[in-house]
Amino acid sequence: MAFLELDGLVKRYGEFTAVAECSLSVAKGEFVCLLGPSGCGKTTTLQMVAGFIMPSRGRIVLDGRDITAVKPNQRGLGIVFQSYALFPHMTVAENVAFGLEMRRVPADERRRRVAETLELVHLAPFAARYPSELSGGQRQRVALARALVIRPPVLLLDEPMGALDAKLREDMQIELRALQHRVGITTIMVTHDQAEAMTLADRVVLMNQGRIEQMGRPFEMYEQPNGRFSSTFLGKANVFEGRCEAGAVRVGDLRLPCEAGTPGGTVDYIVRPEKLQFSGDAALVRGRVEARVFLGNHWLFQVATPLGTLQLTETNSGLPAVAEGDDVGLTWRAEHARVMPRKT
Amino acid sequence: MDTDRNRLPYWLSSPAALAMLAFVALPLVLTLGLSLYPFVPGTGVGESLTSANYADIARDDYFHVIFARTFGMALLVTALCCLVGVPEAYVLSRLSARWRAVSMVVVLGPLLISVVVRTLGWALLLGNEGVVNKALMAAGLVREPVRMMFTFSGVVVALVHVLVPFMVLAVWASLQKLDAATEQAAASLGAGLPTVLARIVFPQVIPGVLSGGLIVFALAASAFATPAIIGGRRLKVVPTTIYDEFLGNLNWPLGAALATALLVIVLAVSLGANRLVERRWKQVFQ
Repeated sequence: MAFLELDGLVKRYGEFTAVAECSLSVAKGEFVCLLGPSGCGKTTTLQMVAGFIMPSRGRIVLDGRDITAVKPNQRGLGIVFQSYALFPHMTVAENVAFGLEMRRVPADERRRRVAETLELVHLAPFAARYPSELSGGQRQRVALARALVIRPPVLLLDEPMGALDAKLREDMQIELRALQHRVGITTIMVTHDQAEAMTLADRVVLMNQGRIEQMGRPFEMYEQPNGRFSSTFLGKANVFEGRCEAGAVRVGDLRLPCEAGTPGGTVDYIVRPEKLQFSGDAALVRGRVEARVFLGNHWLFQVATPLGTLQLTETNSGLPAVAEGDDVGLTWRAEHARVMPRKT
Repeated sequence: MDTDRNRLPYWLSSPAALAMLAFVALPLVLTLGLSLYPFVPGTGVGESLTSANYADIARDDYFHVIFARTFGMALLVTALCCLVGVPEAYVLSRLSARWRAVSMVVVLGPLLISVVVRTLGWALLLGNEGVVNKALMAAGLVREPVRMMFTFSGVVVALVHVLVPFMVLAVWASLQKLDAATEQAAASLGAGLPTVLARIVFPQVIPGVLSGGLIVFALAASAFATPAIIGGRRLKVVPTTIYDEFLGNLNWPLGAALATALLVIVLAVSLGANRLVERRWKQVFQ
């Protein structure tokens, strides 16, 4: 049985619909990422779970109890805000102790649990500092400690890495994942960063225009996107519109291979850049290299073809033979192409 | 060219600086000087330097009562302005844009009316034949009119009305800098609204309360028109006493000494309070 159940959540502001429909079951201990572009309704959904926004319709059930009408200060959820929202006039220890104070935890137990939690996020030496005396990463860990110390049933994270620079972000992602596993807490995180979602989540919930577009484990989502939006938002993809006829997909004058059993009609033909290869004779399509970009662990080629500009990535194993301006052929295997009936 | 540009700020600020010098610094120095001369009945200001005026103020119970009343009143007005103005500013900051604009006009309205006119309005309300008393008697709540004119509380009420906009504006400015998510964070940790306001919002707007409080205190201690009209001849405060010394008794040196003493005490209290509050709530001032 699901630990946290979002059942048909809807949020409308007058004419504007922020969340059109969101139903989601989260298992105990699961790490779920709500992913999507800005304005897709992911933050509104999180705010409804937190209790700061009242849903127009739908229910939120936590561990068998309907909490839809419960006030935020009665829900007991741990929340980490995008701005961290630390109390600037309190020390790190006082910030972390606040939730325990509200629960009337006796002073000595409070001190012990604050110390324990600060230890957990490696901030024990900073207990007496004020938030203004900490770095961005340390502030985030205080926010995390403050949310975890009350031992909430669910941890909600609203773009927790948004304020960090790229290097620190990667470190904190790994640390957050390790911490979540150690504590075993059910977690919902909102992010617009697909790499972050794939790094952290057990399950990614991709949202678009107030609806859930697709959800699944990161690898499945990446390998089996269910349409144009999923394939381009989660990683890079080459997408063509075509018609499926007689075991191949017709795009313009070209016939592209696809696996048997592909449904007929108008389709999106999706193939990831890393599945494309340069080829001399067996080329499916020919074109000219417009750009060659070095990205550290791989090279990115942009090739102008009759299908449009295609992206191809190749693992970096020395300077590639293909240069900008070269005429090349491109090929890929039928099983690497994903063909979906076109969504309207 | 380069040196010209470097001097530009000085040129730009010089009119204001000159005006300050001529109309604030100079009169202050002259007042201070005047307070150090003796008063000779009949002729006015005497010749030799003396501290007799200050000694008079320090010794005479008559002045002690007036100073105590003035600063007691200023402190009470400041406290009441905090009590009224801080919640008012918070409510204002939570209103929708349209209601906020309307409410702002209501709050700042008093500042658009001459202080004398506004105070005479209070006199109409508070008098024995005033609106408040007539209403109270008509409602059968009191048989005799309640005396409000020429009383300490009457002056305090009128001053709070005049000065509360300054508190609201100062606290409002502080509230603009407040991260609304801190309130949500406190709520998510289990705090109810009263706790959120007392422990999360209020400490963060202390800089605003301080600057508002200093303005209100200084203005209340040096208010003239309101105590003169509502307080009348019997309820003297330092500013009305200064007026009487200058224009009634023609004792300019004593008036100047009173003015200097008032200024020094207001400055001392303000700086002291400022230092104290900034030290106690160091973190929110960064």
